[in-house]
Amino acid sequence: MKARHKRFGIVIVGLAALGLATFLVLNALKGNLSYFFSPSEVVEGKAPANHLFRLGGLVEAGSLSREEGDLTVRFVVTDLAQRVTVAYSGILPDLFAEGQGVIAQGRMGPDKVFVAEEVLAKHDETYMPPEVAAALKESGKMGERHPGSKPL
Amino acid sequence: MAEFFHMGGYGLYVWGSFGVTALFMIAEPLLLRSRGRKIRKRIAHIARIEREVNP
Amino acid sequence: MTSRLINWFKFSSPASFYPLARKISLVSTVIAVVLIAVGLYMSFFVAPTDYKQGEGYRIIFVHVPASWMSMFIYVVMAGWAALGLVFNTRLSAMMAQALAPTGAMFAFLSLWTGSFWGKPMWGTWWVWDARITSELILLFLYLGYMALRAAIDDPRRGDRASAILLLVGVVNVPIIYYSVKWWNTLHQGSTIRMNQESTMEETMLLTMLIMTLGFWAYSIAVAMARVRTVILERERSTTWVRELGGGEI
Repeated sequence: MKARHKRFGIVIVGLAALGLATFLVLNALKGNLSYFFSPSEVVEGKAPANHLFRLGGLVEAGSLSREEGDLTVRFVVTDLAQRVTVAYSGILPDLFAEGQGVIAQGRMGPDKVFVAEEVLAKHDETYMPPEVAAALKESGKMGERHPGSKPL
Repeated sequence: MAEFFHMGGYGLYVWGSFGVTALFMIAEPLLLRSRGRKIRKRIAHIARIEREVNP
Repeated sequence: MTSRLINWFKFSSPASFYPLARKISLVSTVIAVVLIAVGLYMSFFVAPTDYKQGEGYRIIFVHVPASWMSMFIYVVMAGWAALGLVFNTRLSAMMAQALAPTGAMFAFLSLWTGSFWGKPMWGTWWVWDARITSELILLFLYLGYMALRAAIDDPRRGDRASAILLLVGVVNVPIIYYSVKWWNTLHQGSTIRMNQESTMEETMLLTMLIMTLGFWAYSIAVAMARVRTVILERERSTTWVRELGGGEI
């Protein structure tokens, strides 16, 4: 019985120490584990200036344009506070569209245009049939993001 | 039928996911059964020898 | 109270758990086959097309259940490992041992189906974002646990060493779960949340839940069948197994 209590104590103390250590590590890593920077962070200068980073946000509605005789597309990525213009030549993923989430990897050009080498689409956690989506759009409720979800 | 397998252009991805999942979930019980048979055979073998040695 | 305690402890011995495991396994197999058959039918013929991802979203019906199982099985294993460390029972360690390959399989399937979903929708097979990386770590934890077990010749020492690895690794599970909340990730947030309405149409949600329950039953069936094999392998020189050896096992 004694030995059992002792082992139990050791396990509890070990787990508590581990939990504390993890909390500290996670706290320290908090910023660094993020996969992308938002346009606000980029405008504030938090993103690295001279090397590759990822920019994430929504493709602003009506901002997508293709240059004549060129494969380059230009669009604006926004987090509804700040805007960053992105230039990209390559294949866009299926879900890429205006108003949709996007993550672009590249670097900032001198003209404040983000030159992307890769563009990925980010979708949200909403799934529904097209008829429901159409009805929601009709009633103007589509744009409402769920209260729990983070701004992109 | 062809339309069903086409999956609106996502056929490769949908069947690639469901197919590999099915493959694993069928293979696992089969492998486990052969492992079980092996150990049961071995135990039966040892038991038989023991009975022969001291009947 | 006392009689109940005795009853429980009775089943903590491999010899008395062995026949019980067979019954649980058989019942779970039937449940798993029925639920997965219904779930598959619903996945392809009942659940509607998604407004954004078309038919491609149907991958969710295997991706989410596999991911949940990979995390859940790990927590259950860690629970058994803790019990084994505290009470020094052989069966607890055997249960953890029996669950590991199934958990590893689901962790792999989670990554595999995620990859097959990410390619058409996001535009990439793989990214090192927090959600995906932590799920990969979970797979490595399963493999590490199995390798550590296999590397230690004395099974009881192997039980203890691998139990500690399991307990250390359990911190990874909340990291996987909350990764999409704590950090910016390419991976979307959780569809089903504990304190909020889920963001999925009802038929889709029901299909996903039926598949999850089916995977659950499958895991129980396989783990119970495997724990029987593990018991035989580890107890092969005991009298009770020898006595079984003569007759039906």
